[in-house]
Amino acid sequence: MSVNTVSCTVKPAITLQLGDAKTDTSRPGVYVIDVTLPIGQTVNIQEISFKNYYTACLTLRLLIRGEEGAAKWATCLRNRCLMPSPHTEEGSQDYYSVYRQQMLIEPDNVLAVRLILRQPSSSWLNFSVEEIKIHPCITEDPERDIPDWLSDLTHVDQLSDLQGLPDPQTVSSSIQQMWALTEVMQTNQTTASVGRFDVDGCYDINLLSFT
Amino acid sequence: MMDEGTELSLTIAQIVQRLKGTNLHSQIERQAKECLHRPEIKLESLKDDVRHFLKASGWEKKLQNAVYRELHVQPPPCHPATPPEHTKEPLAYMRKAQASWEKRILKSLNSMCTELGVPLARKRPAIEQKELTNKWNEMGTDEPDLSRFRPVYAPKDFLEVLISLRNPNHDSSEEASSKSYWGLVQVPLQVRDIPQMREAYSELCLTSGQLGIDDLTHVPPDLFESEHIRIGKKVLSEQDSAAAQQYSRQGCPTGLRADLWSLILNSTNSPEDVLHYNQLKAGVIHHDLLVDKLIYKDVKLTASNDDYYFVFEDYLYQVLLCFSRDTAVLDHFSYNSATPPKSYIQGRVGEEEFAVVYPPNGVIPFHGFSMYVAPLCFLYNEPSKLYAVFREMYVRYFFRLHSISSSASGIVSLCLQFERLLQTHLPQLFYHLREIGAQPLRVAFKWMVRAFSGYLSTDQLLLLWDRVLGYDSLEIVAVLAAAVFAFRAENLMEVTSLASAEAVLADLSTLKVMPLIQIFLFATVI
Repeated sequence: MSVNTVSCTVKPAITLQLGDAKTDTSRPGVYVIDVTLPIGQTVNIQEISFKNYYTACLTLRLLIRGEEGAAKWATCLRNRCLMPSPHTEEGSQDYYSVYRQQMLIEPDNVLAVRLILRQPSSSWLNFSVEEIKIHPCITEDPERDIPDWLSDLTHVDQLSDLQGLPDPQTVSSSIQQMWALTEVMQTNQTTASVGRFDVDGCYDINLLSFT
Repeated sequence: MMDEGTELSLTIAQIVQRLKGTNLHSQIERQAKECLHRPEIKLESLKDDVRHFLKASGWEKKLQNAVYRELHVQPPPCHPATPPEHTKEPLAYMRKAQASWEKRILKSLNSMCTELGVPLARKRPAIEQKELTNKWNEMGTDEPDLSRFRPVYAPKDFLEVLISLRNPNHDSSEEASSKSYWGLVQVPLQVRDIPQMREAYSELCLTSGQLGIDDLTHVPPDLFESEHIRIGKKVLSEQDSAAAQQYSRQGCPTGLRADLWSLILNSTNSPEDVLHYNQLKAGVIHHDLLVDKLIYKDVKLTASNDDYYFVFEDYLYQVLLCFSRDTAVLDHFSYNSATPPKSYIQGRVGEEEFAVVYPPNGVIPFHGFSMYVAPLCFLYNEPSKLYAVFREMYVRYFFRLHSISSSASGIVSLCLQFERLLQTHLPQLFYHLREIGAQPLRVAFKWMVRAFSGYLSTDQLLLLWDRVLGYDSLEIVAVLAAAVFAFRAENLMEVTSLASAEAVLADLSTLKVMPLIQIFLFATVI
């Protein structure tokens, strides 16, 4: 998971419901959240991460800038289930990510992201997703040139008469293996605790502290 | 979620990290170094030859068992952005409820200290240390004056907290509650119904042999028992934890149970474990904790009064006092919604170098806590072995019975499941009990909090705990509670008050648990 995120604006959720929003007594079951990038900026998305808050399923649409500057909406994720059972708590407050590989289309040159949240159960007063973050693709470093003298060293030398000695290549490779094993054993850091509960032999406590 | 490959790598890395530096790790390293002398180990194929040797000499199996144990206590793989408190408990309102419950307990403990003028912990003077060392094997003969001490809380206090749990985002308005439940728990957790449990507990079905049913005197042993015992001996000789766990689902034979349980829990009794136990014993001798008085009081009030367990009084002190000193128990707080209480020694409040956990294992015992240990005394008579098995059972299962969490094995889920099962399959009974002011959970709660310890006869309790281990879940406890109500339904329909309902369900010592569970799961009409 990439730690870098792209700065974006998360617009407030808009409800989609039949009838007049003000007079209707039942709660909405669909919310739409738009996430826009600063004007003119596009991003190649690696991952979109968020924290769920009682949303049962999620659909993602992306506004992609095509050729000649025309922008088009396309669905990249359809009805991803976040809560296996919408009436019960499972998955209701978990952290999720949608990765590039899981999307239906290539999320490149994206101008905006639209999250369509659905919660069919009427048990919940509210539902949403929080902490929405868009992680862009990390660009790779251009390959650096290897200096000439380094490539000279990789030539295999002609072997002189061995006179009963073992092949130097096999010996050096097995010595390398042994060295690597000893290195691994030396760097093993133990996580086992010592087990002492006192501080320098003292464990005199008067009261518990709670903040 | 992350793709499977990444999840697997993460799990592997976490397990490797946990196993590094353990006893097993150093033993395997030593074995690997020593085997280099052997003629079959060649330099060209060093890695493979050493691996092959470890496999043939049984060390790979031990490692497998250790990994299996880690998988049991590892929290499920989660998103990398998940903060640690979310791993302990994903639901924010449950975390809050647990935190305020803990605060209540701490305040209560502090006020007991201040009232009685007793410090929470102090170093024992040398004379006292000597006395205690001499009396170690017979601490039960001590009759200290504990009248001023009271248990920090009892199960019924905890029940009130669970009943008042509410999800602030849950619709509990009038129209919603008309279709809601008749029970006391008002939290919408996912619990399994009977059709789902029939699949999950398929080994308990009517056509499958069971210890607790097919080993009774009138059933010829050739039908099931002899073969089951033979397989049990084979499982023990293979020393495979996973196989032992699967085997335990149909019950453990009495003669093999002790070894099978310690295999399932991967709890060994090596010299290092004995050393660790003695280190804890030294901790008891050197420092006197207020928690010790609570333990004494609990044992005197519960186990000592019990016909089956009073003989084990001394063992209980030896286990529970050491348990309080064991900092290894602190590891389980990464997946327990509870947090260990903190304090500062010598009154140096706020100075981190003087911060300690109290008690050292972070667990404050409540009224009835000693009953988690008592049944194990029938299986193990060596204190260090008894201790190791109890500790593992606590950090896998028992801690969930007295902390507020959304876990499927947690007490909240068990209560909800009990009420749902009752309401779905015995609606008339539930309605009647509710009408007379005898909510079923008020009677069943104390059974479930103790996983039925002290309520069933010991052989039946051990058969129940076989299945808890076999299925790695406490869900069966909720099923049994509902099955008991189903069994006594006729009598319960005639009662007219909570007190008489309690009386009908007061004595469970004659119940046979496996037939009850089997009938409830597999013979209930759905």
